[in-house]
Amino acid sequence: MAHTDPRFHVPAPHVRPGDTPDFSHIEIPPAGTARRPDVSIAGSETLDLALGLVRVLDHNHQAVGEWDPKLEPEIMREGLRHMVLTRVYDERMQKLQRQGKMSFYMKSMGEEAVAVAAAMALEKTDMVFPSYRQQGILFARGRDIVDMMCHCISNSRDNLKGRQLPVHYTWAEGDFFSISGNLTTQFPQAVGYAMACQFKGESRITASWIGDGSSAEGDFHGALVLASTYRAPVILNIVNNQWAISTFQGMAAGASETFALKGIGYGLASLRIDGNDFLAVYAATKWAAERARAGHGATVIESYTYRADAHSTSDDPSGYRPKGEADAWPLGDPVERLKNHLIGLGEWDEERHAALEKELDQLVIASYKEAETFGTLHDGPLSPVQTMFEDVYAEPDWRLRRQRRDLGV
Amino acid sequence: MSKMNMIQALNSAMDNMMERDANVLAFGEDAGYFGGVFRVTAGLQEKYGLDRCFDAPINEAAIVAMAIGMAANGLKPVAEIQFSDYIFPGFDQIVSELSRLRYRTAGTFTAPVVIRTPSGGGIRGGQTHSMSPEAFFTHIPGIQVVMPSNPYDAKGLLIAAIESPDPVIFFEPKRLYNGPFDGGAGKALEAWGKHPKGEVPEDHYTLPIGKADVVREGSAMTIVTYGTLVHVALAAAEQSGIDAEIIDLRTLIPYDIETIAASVNKTGRCIVAQEAPRTSGFGAELAAQIQEDCFFALEAPIKRVTGWDTPYPHAHEWSYFPGPKRFINAMREVLEA
Repeated sequence: MAHTDPRFHVPAPHVRPGDTPDFSHIEIPPAGTARRPDVSIAGSETLDLALGLVRVLDHNHQAVGEWDPKLEPEIMREGLRHMVLTRVYDERMQKLQRQGKMSFYMKSMGEEAVAVAAAMALEKTDMVFPSYRQQGILFARGRDIVDMMCHCISNSRDNLKGRQLPVHYTWAEGDFFSISGNLTTQFPQAVGYAMACQFKGESRITASWIGDGSSAEGDFHGALVLASTYRAPVILNIVNNQWAISTFQGMAAGASETFALKGIGYGLASLRIDGNDFLAVYAATKWAAERARAGHGATVIESYTYRADAHSTSDDPSGYRPKGEADAWPLGDPVERLKNHLIGLGEWDEERHAALEKELDQLVIASYKEAETFGTLHDGPLSPVQTMFEDVYAEPDWRLRRQRRDLGV
Repeated sequence: MSKMNMIQALNSAMDNMMERDANVLAFGEDAGYFGGVFRVTAGLQEKYGLDRCFDAPINEAAIVAMAIGMAANGLKPVAEIQFSDYIFPGFDQIVSELSRLRYRTAGTFTAPVVIRTPSGGGIRGGQTHSMSPEAFFTHIPGIQVVMPSNPYDAKGLLIAAIESPDPVIFFEPKRLYNGPFDGGAGKALEAWGKHPKGEVPEDHYTLPIGKADVVREGSAMTIVTYGTLVHVALAAAEQSGIDAEIIDLRTLIPYDIETIAASVNKTGRCIVAQEAPRTSGFGAELAAQIQEDCFFALEAPIKRVTGWDTPYPHAHEWSYFPGPKRFINAMREVLEA
């Protein structure tokens, strides 16, 4: 502990390891209370939505209020399936990393709705610029699981030829942009891409995701300035999962009451939503997409959620936050909440859910077995080593040709 | 053919390309309505419309990122950074994103952006209007780096840059915008109109990226340089009577090792010259590679003529800028070595 009172303000979370998890300071408005304005609303008139919390599923797991997207059960079951698959995949990949089959992995536990519901609310051809924790988009868009695994183990079928760390997916065919390790760089790029969509007369829009911590980067400001200035058809998502590795969200938020509030200063429509509420994420994304496509400009969406697991396989959260915090999180678990909603509607039951989990677990296990047949990072086969020199430029120049020769390949 | 200064030649290149390819866009701070603080984009907004040539907010990172996003969706953005001294806020987007997009996506996404930026000293620009930051960029795999030294090359190379499938950082020596400059401080400005390279075709043409130009043939030594110093080197050869062969690199990445090596193998002596500070400058790369490729032909150590390892000064500009005297001294040393 500090020996003296700090001379300047350093924000700190309410609790630390050894303390009892405590979210009593967080105000959770009841579901269904937020208004749903017309998509043409001026950004500056969304202040109440930037400070509030759009929620659809109430504590009885019923859908209430103006934001209820009134989805067909079939769509919700599909969403549930994508979320369960995301979770099962994450669990399996984490285990495989622990067994030394992969160098690195990052789960999205607790944040499955943020990715899956948003992806389902977008058109499949809308270009997405995710961060490294929106793998749910890939499942929602139907990417081949074996391909995803082949990327993570950098084998001979890795579509990125072993050049990127695991989870840094690229899937051009699925309009899923390239994930970069550099935080927030994709945020202003998404705006440029969206401007190009407009320029070419496409009805496509773009969406990008960053974390609460990444909103401190300068590119966050750049993206919001561009989006506002050029009225670009883009959805700028801030996934506030409370933690940026070991630093709590207050380190990036500072004195700003919410992250969505930051959008208001740029004149952008700004919503703060329950990120663990599949229906809220779906409805807000649909609203923002409709707004963008109609030419009313960008929307900033803060998804309020909780990073239920470690930052990555290289991280141990017990060093900076209390054990059991995820269980204490007042917005619950996105999978459980959608599941219970469907059960309440008589459209799902525990037996079917257990069967789904089992089916997807087997699918993931079988997929990994298949992925391994294309090689593993440690035992190969990898992408041929000479491919290391390809794609730096459209054509390798003399330097790369010489260097390849120097390596003897 | 028309007489053009470098600004007009660059403007003509933009005009040609915007005419030919509806996906070519020009933007940057003051690049739209006003036509750029150096007038390179003058008239383009009026001719091609508000969404083909437009003003950008003062945020270099955002300008580069916007260009990346647009290029990834098939447009051909030509972004302007007002002074190369101000490219650094965009450095992360250039190093981490622009240069690597093709590589890290195994060619499934590309961003063939051109970033135009005025660079170099000799204009009393002080610390933040005189820098030659090319070596920061020659160190980045995945981008091409180009610097013309005259209007004819400027147009041909800029068109080639726009047509290149790879991202290009296009440095424009602002000292040469209105006329050639041989380093004679205080001399009246010469105009490009009297210079053979000030004759520029109005139509589309390209010069190959990666190809150097032997601007003066000689036998006593080879001087490898680029940008403003090409003219300084020519003046030094003239004034000293030393028969130097002078190579205008034109493209820094990929540099034309064949032309350089052929020359050094012929002359046996070599000077590399840059305006930028000496340590870890691009000249160091040239000297190392020439040493490796031409070791048995070299009769003297390779000498570097460069700016000093200081920030670019205002008052002492002409003690900083490598003028003809510094060239001549170095040339004599190389001859006597």
